[in-house]
Amino acid sequence: MSAETTSAGATANDVRLYDVDNPAPVIEAPRKRTKKTGRASRGNFEMQAWLFMRLSGIVLVVLVLGHLLIQLVLDGGVSKIGFAFVAGRWASPFWQVWDLLMLWLAMLHGANGLRTVINDYAQRDNTRFWLKMLLYTATVFTVLLGTLVIFTFDPNIS
Amino acid sequence: MPAGTLYRGREGMWSWVAHRVTGVLIFFFLFVHVLDTALVRVSPDAYDNVVATYKTPIVNVMEYGLVAAILFHALNGLRVVLVDFWSKGPKYQKQMLWTVVGVWVVLMAGAFYPVLQHTLRTLFGS
Repeated sequence: MSAETTSAGATANDVRLYDVDNPAPVIEAPRKRTKKTGRASRGNFEMQAWLFMRLSGIVLVVLVLGHLLIQLVLDGGVSKIGFAFVAGRWASPFWQVWDLLMLWLAMLHGANGLRTVINDYAQRDNTRFWLKMLLYTATVFTVLLGTLVIFTFDPNIS
Repeated sequence: MPAGTLYRGREGMWSWVAHRVTGVLIFFFLFVHVLDTALVRVSPDAYDNVVATYKTPIVNVMEYGLVAAILFHALNGLRVVLVDFWSKGPKYQKQMLWTVVGVWVVLMAGAFYPVLQHTLRTLFGS
C-alpha cells in the first residue's frame, strides 16, 4: 500500500525538465580539447611523459642492474674499480653505448620524476618555477658533461 | 607541505611513497656519480682518489643502501607497469607488492657479501 503510494507520488512529483523537444544541454567531457583551449594544454606532453617513464624504466632495469652487477657484485665488488678498470671497459664500443644510453635514460627518467615531485609539493608559482629551472639546468649540465666524458675519454691521459 | 597528505595507507600508498623516496635518492646519487666519473677526464690520480672514498667502510655500507633503493625502485617499477598495462594488474597489486618485497629480500641477502666484501675483508682480515 505504502509502496504504491510512494511510487505514484514519485511519478506525480517527477518534474520532467527535459524531453525530446526540450533536450538537456550537452556537458563537455572535462579534458576535451576545444578551440578555446589554451595552446599550452593542447599537446599530449603529460601522456608522453607517463609513457616514457614506463618504457625507459623497463630498459633501465636491465641497464642499471647489469651495471650494478659488474661494478659492485662480480669480481671483488668495489675493490677492483679504478682508472684502469674504467679504461678497460670503455675500450669496447658496447660498454660505451651501454653507459651512454644509461646516462641519458636515467637522467631524463629522474628529471621527469623530480619534476612531478616539485609539481606536487611546491605550492607557490614562483617556487615551483625556480625549482624546475634549477632541475632543468642541472640535468642539461650533467647529461652534456657525462656525454662529453664518454666520447672524449683518453686512456693515455697524463 | 600541504595538509592532509596521508591518503588511505596500506600497500598502495606506502609503495607509492617508497617509490618516490627511493627515486629522489637515486637521482641525487646519479648527479654525484656522473661528476665523480667525469674525473677520468682530469687525471687517473684524481679519479682513483675519489674512488678511494667509495672503498671506505661507511660509503661501502651506503652503496649497499643504494643497491637496496635501486632494487626496490626497479622491482616496484615493474609492478607499476603491470598495474597500468596488465588488465588484472590493479586487482593483484597487493600480491604483486608482496612479491616485490619477497624478491627484494632474497636479492638483498644475495648481494650482502659481494657488495660489502671490501669492508668485511678490511675490517676482519681476509
